[in-house]
Amino acid sequence: MLEHYLSLATKAVFVENMALAFFLGMCSFLAVSKKVETAIGLGTAVIFVLAVTCALNQLLNEALLKEGALSWLGLGNVNLGFMTFLVLIGTIAAAVQVVEMAIDRFSPELYNSLGVFLPLIAVNCAILGAALFMVKRDYTFGEATVFGLGSGIGWAIAIVAMAAIREKLRYSNVPEPLRGLGIAFIVVGLMSVGFMAFSGIQL
Amino acid sequence: MKFLRDLHENARPHFEKGGKLERFYPLYEAQYTGLFTPGDVTKTASHVRDGIDLKRMMIIVVIAVAPCMVAAMWNTGYQAQLAIASGAAPLDTWQTWLWTAVGLPFDFNNSLLCLLFGALYYLPIYAAAMFAGGIVEPGIAIIRKHEVNEGFLVTGALLPLTLPATIPLWMVMLGTAFGLVMGKEVFGGTGMNFLNPALVARAFLFFAYPAAMSGDAAWVAADFTAVDSVSGATLLSQAAVSHGALEAASWWKAFWGSVPGSMGETSAFACLLGAFVLITTGIGSWRTMGGLFIGTILMSLVFNLIGSETNAMFEVPWYWHVVLGGWAFGTVFMATDPVSSTFTARGKLIYGFMIGVMVVLVRVVNPAYPEGMMLAILFMNMFAPLIDHFIVQANIKRRLARSAA
Repeated sequence: MLEHYLSLATKAVFVENMALAFFLGMCSFLAVSKKVETAIGLGTAVIFVLAVTCALNQLLNEALLKEGALSWLGLGNVNLGFMTFLVLIGTIAAAVQVVEMAIDRFSPELYNSLGVFLPLIAVNCAILGAALFMVKRDYTFGEATVFGLGSGIGWAIAIVAMAAIREKLRYSNVPEPLRGLGIAFIVVGLMSVGFMAFSGIQL
Repeated sequence: MKFLRDLHENARPHFEKGGKLERFYPLYEAQYTGLFTPGDVTKTASHVRDGIDLKRMMIIVVIAVAPCMVAAMWNTGYQAQLAIASGAAPLDTWQTWLWTAVGLPFDFNNSLLCLLFGALYYLPIYAAAMFAGGIVEPGIAIIRKHEVNEGFLVTGALLPLTLPATIPLWMVMLGTAFGLVMGKEVFGGTGMNFLNPALVARAFLFFAYPAAMSGDAAWVAADFTAVDSVSGATLLSQAAVSHGALEAASWWKAFWGSVPGSMGETSAFACLLGAFVLITTGIGSWRTMGGLFIGTILMSLVFNLIGSETNAMFEVPWYWHVVLGGWAFGTVFMATDPVSSTFTARGKLIYGFMIGVMVVLVRVVNPAYPEGMMLAILFMNMFAPLIDHFIVQANIKRRLARSAA
C-alpha cells in the first residue's frame, strides 16, 4: 500500500509534473518566478491548496457528483455530473480564500509580494487540472490526497528552479525583443526538455 | 611574427569605430586575440586579473577532448571493419566507395586502417559541426556586436563525439545551430546561458530525430541486415534486456572503448586522459567529477540492494556504470562546463552527486531511455542556480550570525 502511494507521489512530482510536463498553471508560473523567495511562498501556497482541494473535491465527488452518488438520499437516478466544474472551482476558491487570509495574517510581506497572484491561485489551471485528473482517474480519498500533494510539490519545485534560473539570467544580455516573457517562455521550454528525463517511466 | 603583427596592426583602423569595416570588428577581434595577447587594460575600478582568459580556457578543453577524438576515429573504424569482417555488408556510402576505389582492405587488426576508415566518418561530422558553428557564432556576434566566443569550438568538438557515426550531416548542422542559438545566444552568449549548449543540441536531435539517434539499433557504420550473428546493440541496451549480458562482455574492452556506441563516448580511458588535463589545469572541477562518481556508486549500490526480478538493469554494478555509455564523457566534459554547473565549491559537490544519482536512476528505472547521462546533466543544469542560491543564502546567514555574536 505504501509502495503504491509512493509511486503515485513520484509520478505526480516528476513524471507528470504539472508545470513542465502538462504546462498547467503557466500564468502564475511565468509571472511570479522572478525571485526565489516569492516563488517558494507561492509554491507552498499551491502545495497546500492542491492537497486540501484535491482531497475535499474527492469527497464531494464521491458523495454528490458522481453518477449514482446520491443514492444515499434515495435519489439514485439523479446525476449532478453537470455541476462538476462548478463544485470543484467553488471548493478551490474557498480554500484559496482561507490561504489568503492566513498568509495576510502571518506574513504580510509575502502577501504583498504575491499581490494579485495569490487570489488568482483560485483559477490556476494546475489546481483545477489536478482535480479533474482525480475525477477522471477515479482516485480514492487517500490517492487523491497523495496525488494533490505530489502535484503541488512538483509544481513548487518547478517554479522555484525557474525563479533561480531567472535570477541568474538577470545578468544575461538577452536580445531586446526577447526580454521578459519571451526569454521566460524559452527557459520553460528548455526546462521541460530537461524534465523529459522522466517521461516514459512506468510506475 | 612581426610581419603578422604589423599586418593586423595596419588593418586595425579599418575595423575600429569609424572605419569602413566597422561592422566586422568581432571577426577582426577574434582573429587578433586568437594570435596575440591583446594589450587592453581595465579602465575602471580594480579587478582580479588572471593569465587565463576565456580563449585559452576553451582551447584547453579542445586539447583535452583530443584523445577522445582519436579514440572516436579508431573505434568507429574498428567497429565497422570488425562487423564487415564477420559478415556485414559495408554501408552504401561515399566512404566505402572511396575506400574500395583506393584499394584499401577491411582489416580490423590494423589500427591505422581502423583510424583512417573511422576518420572518413568522423571528420565530415566534425567539419559539419564546425561549419555550422563558424557561421552562427560570428554571424550573431556581428549582429549583436559582441566578441566572437570560442565556446562554439568546444560545442562543435563535443557534439560530434556524442553522435552516432551514421548520422546525416544536415542533422549535425541543424543540431549545432539549434544548440548555439537556443542554448546560448538567446541568453547573450558564453557565460550567460544556463544549459550546456552541446547538450541542448544533442537533446534536440535526440527528441526530434529519434530514428537516427536512438540506441537500440546499430550505431556501427556497416549494414547489418545481411547477418544475424553480429549484434550491433550497445552494451547498455544489452544489459537492459538480459541478465547475463555484462558477464559475457569484457570490462577492459569497455574501458579502452572498443565497443559499439556513439563515436566519442565509448572510451573511458580517453576521457580519463581528458580529465587529467582538465583537473591539472584547473578548468574542469574535480568536485563535480568526484561528486558524480560518488553519486553513481551510491545509487547503483542502492539499486543492487533492492534488486528486481523483471528489470536486469538493477543488477548492473557501479564499476560497469562508469564505463558504459556516455558516463565518462559526460562526467569529464559535459558536467564540468563552468557556465552551466554550479559556481560555489560546495554546490559543485552536490551538483555532481545529484547527476550521479539521476543518471543511474534514468538508466535503471526509465525504460524509455537506455542512456541517461545527457538528460541527467540537463536536469541538474536546471537546478544548478537553485543550489547556488541556497548555498549563498546559508553563507550569508552564517556570517550574519557570526558578526552578531
